[in-house]
Parts: sequence; structure tokens; C-alpha cells
Amino acid sequence: MNLVFAIIALITLASAIAAMCLRNLVHCVLCLTVTFTGIAMTYLQLSAQFVGFSQIMVYVGAVSVLVIFALLMTRGGNELNLRDWNPRHWLIGLGTGLLTFGVMATGIFKSSLTRSAAPDSKTESVKTIGESLLNEYVLPLEALALLLTVALIGAALLAMPERKTASSPHSDRPQTKGDPTN
Amino acid sequence: MWFEDLLISLKQQIVMIAPEHFRPVFSAMLSTIPILSAFGGLFAVITLVERKMLGRIQNRYGPNRVGPGGIFQPIADGIKMLTKEDIIPFSANQFLHLIAPLLLLVTAMLGLAVIPFGHKLVAVEFEAGILFFFAIGGAAELAVFIAGWASRNKYALLGSLRAIAQMISYEIPLVLSSVAVLMAAGSLSLPEVVEAQAGGIQSWYIWTPWGFLGCILFLIATLAEVNRSPFDIPEAESELIAGHMTEYSGFKYAIFFLAEFVAMFAMCALTATLFLGGFHAPLPILDFIPGPFWLFAKLILLVLLFIWIRGTMPRLRADQLMEFAWKFMLPMSVMNLVTTGVWISLGGGVFAWVVGAVMNAGAYFGWSRLLSQSSRVKPRVYRYAEETKANV
Repeated sequence: MNLVFAIIALITLASAIAAMCLRNLVHCVLCLTVTFTGIAMTYLQLSAQFVGFSQIMVYVGAVSVLVIFALLMTRGGNELNLRDWNPRHWLIGLGTGLLTFGVMATGIFKSSLTRSAAPDSKTESVKTIGESLLNEYVLPLEALALLLTVALIGAALLAMPERKTASSPHSDRPQTKGDPTN
Repeated sequence: MWFEDLLISLKQQIVMIAPEHFRPVFSAMLSTIPILSAFGGLFAVITLVERKMLGRIQNRYGPNRVGPGGIFQPIADGIKMLTKEDIIPFSANQFLHLIAPLLLLVTAMLGLAVIPFGHKLVAVEFEAGILFFFAIGGAAELAVFIAGWASRNKYALLGSLRAIAQMISYEIPLVLSSVAVLMAAGSLSLPEVVEAQAGGIQSWYIWTPWGFLGCILFLIATLAEVNRSPFDIPEAESELIAGHMTEYSGFKYAIFFLAEFVAMFAMCALTATLFLGGFHAPLPILDFIPGPFWLFAKLILLVLLFIWIRGTMPRLRADQLMEFAWKFMLPMSVMNLVTTGVWISLGGGVFAWVVGAVMNAGAYFGWSRLLSQSSRVKPRVYRYAEETKANV
């Protein structure tokens, strides 16, 4: 079991380092996907199936594809020039990284979850997750749903054709009766 | 039941032959090799059946030269693909170019691992089996992107981006329409979903109002998800050459086709599992025929339906495809979820059936009428040669 964990950890860390160091941004995204998969494997090894599969579904299936789309539509996956690096950037990056790590580490160590006994992995089924999501944590769930709906509506609003340009005299298309511009 | 028990006990006997240290690996191999070989063989048969059926629809013979009636055509095709030159474009990323078809095939094959082929006859029994299926299916999008990007070809990249956009859009109605079944069965595990539909054809989920609508939505989304006609925009020869497969030749191209077909088989098997009673016989008297037979029968019927659709439907335009997914499929699948909730809270029965049917039919007719009124698209006017001549 430890050997499996060691292999997974090695792959995860190596791909994470590669995601930071590679020149080609698309390669970085693909390495990041391997990292996401490695994290999902860690969850699965802890017999947290639901979290593991959700991790693959959300991060490998959706987030990485989203990053790729954003990348290709903005800069086309050009190679970055890392030659003109600035020591100040490194310092800022290092500071941000340490600060984030510090906040997360203190949060985890102060949390009561670390002091409570590890739950029996057999009882932590999908059913328990679903029940606690819809009973105990229903308010955060609803808040998240609202946030996602707002994001979806906002995205649809951004993607809608602009109303004024559609009816401009430059458009040679005749306006049809059921046009949404009115 | 006897057939599955026989297979399982046979497997246990064979596993005992291996030295103790290798038994888990050996057992896993014994579970996977039959699945892989069965679906590989089915791929060969179905390619021939598809060409024959399409030929029949188009009033021609189809392949009839290799062997009697052309039955050795798949073997000839395989040999042809294997002996073809494997061309990798000069500026392509060689590693990613190689890994993309393999990744696509692996993601398609992994989906089969959670399909129950018979009573207790499932390769891996996950508690969240269907989640695994969809999670792995999501990774296929990445493989398509890698194929398009690694080829360094504008057509390939455009085709792959179109394919990904289509797959993401149709994944939402796909998952939502299967959620209705999971709500009714009360489990994410596919064997339990099948067990909930035991007891003959009348207890299959397709006969409930939400199951009927869900099954149709699921099948349409499946067509789009595996890039079958009429949703085969990513591979539209007339527009994008062959999409993400443009720069592939030889056996890598064959692997793309194999992956596409295996993904289609896996989705059809999932459809049969979710809505058509899985491995259960339609009548309790026929229970003596083993479960795998029934699952494969339903699967092949669904595949034949797909071939029929391919032979009769024209291809959709890219914008029509997106509008259909977001404006029609998504609201209908959400409505289906509401109907399922009402059905469950009413506890089934005739009254719940009528209420559910009214809700779903009302949503379907109301929403489609609203959409057709508000859309800018007018009914197409066909002008024939004589008319235009007369007009000019």
C-alpha cells in the first residue's frame, strides 16, 4: 500500500513541478491534469470514492478543458519567454506561496477534524454524504447553487449578441418578424 | 442465474492455479480479458453490419467481395489498417500524437468496467459506479483535445475544439437524465439500479413518464457524446476534413474508430442498464437464458437504432447543435427531474403516472412551441429547378 502511495505522490509532485516549469503553456495544462488525476488517486486510495470520482469529473473533465479553452482563445498556446525573469517576481511568488501555505496549514491544524478519530471508511458511503449535504449543510449547498446560477446567467449574458449592432443599417440581412431584438 | 454462478465459480477455480502472490492480478485479468475481447469482436461485427445496413438504406449492396456476403471485410480492413504507413507530421508533438488515441481508447474501455453484465457479473463493483462512468467519459474530451492540438494542424485543432464544446454541452443533459433513474432507484451503484428493475418488462424504467423522456434525452445526448450522426460535426468531412483525426493514419486512425465504437457500446450498455432493465429478461419465463445474452441483445438493438438514425438523418449545423443542447435538452432534463420528484413523492401508481405524463408532455409541447415561436429561423422554403427557372 505504501508503495502505491509513493508512486502516486511521485507522479503528482513531478507533474506539478513540470506544470510550473515547462515553457509551453498547453504542456503546463496537460501536466496540471496529471496532477489533478494524482490527487484523485490519493482520494481513491483513502477509499473516498465519491470525492475521488468527483475530482476526476470536475477537474480533469471540466476545469482543465476550461483552462485550455481560455488559453487557446487568448494567447494561442505560445511559448513563454522565461529569460527576462525578475528577482522581484520570484520574491513575490515565494511570499504568496508561503502565506497561502501558512494560512492553510494553521487552518488544518486548528480544525477539530484533525483531533477527532478517523471515521470508519465503510460507513462513509455516498448515502451519508448525500444525507449530510441535504440536511446539515443544505444552506451552504443552496448558496453554492445560487452562486453557480449567477455565474451561468452572467456567462449567457456576456455571450448574447449585442442588441444595437444587430439592428444597425450595416447588416444586410432583412429583419424577420420574430427577431429577439425587439 | 446458473450461467453467472457457473462463470464465477469457474473463475475462482482458475485463479487457484496461479501462485498466491499473483492471484489478485490474475483475477483482474480474468475479469477484463473477456470484456475486452467481446467488445473488440463486437466492433468488427458491427462495422460490417453498419456498412451493410447503410448500403441497404441507400439502395446498394455494401461490402460483398471478401468472403461469402462480405463477412471477412473487417479482417481485410484490419490488415489494411495495420499495413498502412504511420505518418506523423513533422512539426507535431510526437509523444502527445501517439498518446491521444490510446488515451481515448482507454477511457472508452474503462467505462465498461462498471457495467453489470449479469447477476454479480460486474468487473469492478463501485458504490458510485455511474459517477465513475461519467468521470472517465469526461477524460475523453481531454484526449480529443490532445489529438487535435498535437497534430499542429488548424483543421485538427478547430475540429477538436468543436468536438469538446459539443461533448461538454451534451454531457449536462446526459448526466441529468440519468439522475432521474438514480433518484428512483435510490442508489449510484449500477447493479442496484438493475435490481430495482427486476420482474419482467413492465417494471423497466422506460415505461414511466420520466423514464420515457429520460431515455429519449439520454439517447440523443449519447449520439452527440460519441460523435455519431446526426451530431458528427467534429468529423464532418465536408467542413473540417476529419476533425481531430485529420493527421492520423494507419492503425492510430483505426484506434480512433475502435474507441468511438467502444464508447458507443458502453453508452448503449449504460442506456440498457438504466432504462431497459439491464441484464433482466423481458419475461420472467425467459429467466433461464443468461443475463449477458439479454444485455447484449438490448445493446445491439440500440446500436442498430443508431445506425438507422445515421442512415436517415441529415447532419446538424454547429449552431443548431448548441441551441438544441442548451435551449431544449437542458430545460427538458431539468423538468424531467421535477417530474421524477413528484412521482417519488406520490409513491408511483396510476395517479402518479398520469400526473407525470401530463407534466412531461405539457413541458415538451409548451416549451417546443415557445421556442419555435421565438426563434428567428423560419421554415425552410424549397425552390425546385422549374420554379427558379420560371422566376428568372
